[in-house]
Amino acid sequence: MSTLIEPTALTNPVERVLRNDRIPTIWCPGCGIGTTVNSFAYALMASGADLKKTAIVSGIGCSGRVSGYVQLDSFHTTHGRAIPFATGLKLANPELTVVVYSGDGDLTSIGGNHLIHAARRNMDLLVVCVNNMIYAMTGGQAAATTPGAATSTTTPYGSFEPELNIPQLVDAAGACYVARWTAFHVKQLEKSMTEALKKKGFRFIEVLSPCPTLYGRRNGYADGLAQMKEYKELAKVKNGAPTYEVAITTGKPIIVGKFVDRDRPDYLTLMRSQLGAHYHEIAEAGVGCGDDSEGKEGCCSC
Amino acid sequence: MARGSVAVTTERCKGCGFCVEFCPTHVLALSSAFNRKGYHPPHMIEPDKCSGCNLCGMYCPDFAIFGFKTAETKPAAIPAATEAPAPSEAMEAKEV
Ligand SMILES: Cc1ncc(C[n+]2csc(CCOP(=O)(O)OP(=O)(O)O)c2C)c(N)n1
Ligand code: SF4
Ligand code: SF4
Ligand code: SF4
Ligand SMILES: [Mg+2]
Repeated sequence: MSTLIEPTALTNPVERVLRNDRIPTIWCPGCGIGTTVNSFAYALMASGADLKKTAIVSGIGCSGRVSGYVQLDSFHTTHGRAIPFATGLKLANPELTVVVYSGDGDLTSIGGNHLIHAARRNMDLLVVCVNNMIYAMTGGQAAATTPGAATSTTTPYGSFEPELNIPQLVDAAGACYVARWTAFHVKQLEKSMTEALKKKGFRFIEVLSPCPTLYGRRNGYADGLAQMKEYKELAKVKNGAPTYEVAITTGKPIIVGKFVDRDRPDYLTLMRSQLGAHYHEIAEAGVGCGDDSEGKEGCCSC
Repeated sequence: MARGSVAVTTERCKGCGFCVEFCPTHVLALSSAFNRKGYHPPHMIEPDKCSGCNLCGMYCPDFAIFGFKTAETKPAAIPAATEAPAPSEAMEAKEV
């Protein structure tokens, strides 16, 4: 006969930054997304960020649900468009700390171009990419991140496409902070998120996360725990590893760590310095033709 | 004497076993009891070995468990866990 430990008057510290009335989450048993949220919650608290001036933006997907569970100004945008939405938010209100939290499909497949150009512009955003290697929410179709040979609903004989090495992509495009962890690395992930929250410029953290329901069960993992154990077994921490060496290959070591940490002026800093005295003139007058009279839609691209 | 303990919100648990597997001192096991959704939430099988490190809390994807330190002499010190890193007063705005 076993006894259950009943909830006490104590509350879980992460509840201070969660929307507790939304829990239980929609996530499946053994899904790793919630585990990454713990690291994020502790990072938010440790970073000293002013939570009234911190916003979280997600696209669509199981991972995209994160914004709805975190007690910040939360934006659940359209599929693939979390980064352009966040860019607009940041440019319109530069004092905000803006975090994008979304899935691999959302950020690197449909949203891939936005990812490249936000990194190139060094837009002042922290992007957390939950990589479960699949389009989970829509039923487990192969994504750009599905490892070669993995089985999915759209690749029943295995995928014929090599997977995207996301850290290499964002490094090449100019991101100033690039790290990869897994849902097993809760402490390292928290530290990385804390560090990245405090840094300026385009910061990117990839987190591998189990999706037992749509990736795991088609690829030999009994449950989420089996995938977590594999992360523990296969992960090799290599801080500073050249990103061209960190592609994920089935059954091979998973290279994790902080790969890139450099400083270069972000978009807003460059804009302000190049515009000089004109910056305030333009900010006040706004850009475009200035004709915002009623019924005057689409007169130009202003 | 245990240096820590855990609190479990049994109804949130989905029985994934992460907390059981990754507790460094193997304090937990999934119980044979069911919660309302039919999952087996964890319970302490080696309570004396709990350090209150909260790794179980870090791993739990459903925010259903957390560990906290207990002061040996006064159990009243338990709420200290809830005083730890204070976020800003921003949390007062509880709208959804
Ligand atoms: C414009 C558009 N195209 C397609 C979809 C369907 N859709 C919803 S979620 C999703 C994939 C999500 O995959 P990912 O971002 O990896 O998130 P996950 O569910 O795996 O966490 C797709 C294709 C959509 N909602 N909108
Ligand atoms: S389908 Fe996969 S990613 Fe989505 S909630 Fe379930 S386990 Fe998580
Ligand atoms: S607090 Fe630490 S030692 Fe105690 S049960 Fe949780 S993981 Fe184990
Ligand atoms: S990690 Fe959380 S959801 Fe999973 S078995 Fe433990 S308490 Fe339950
Ligand atoms: Mg995905």
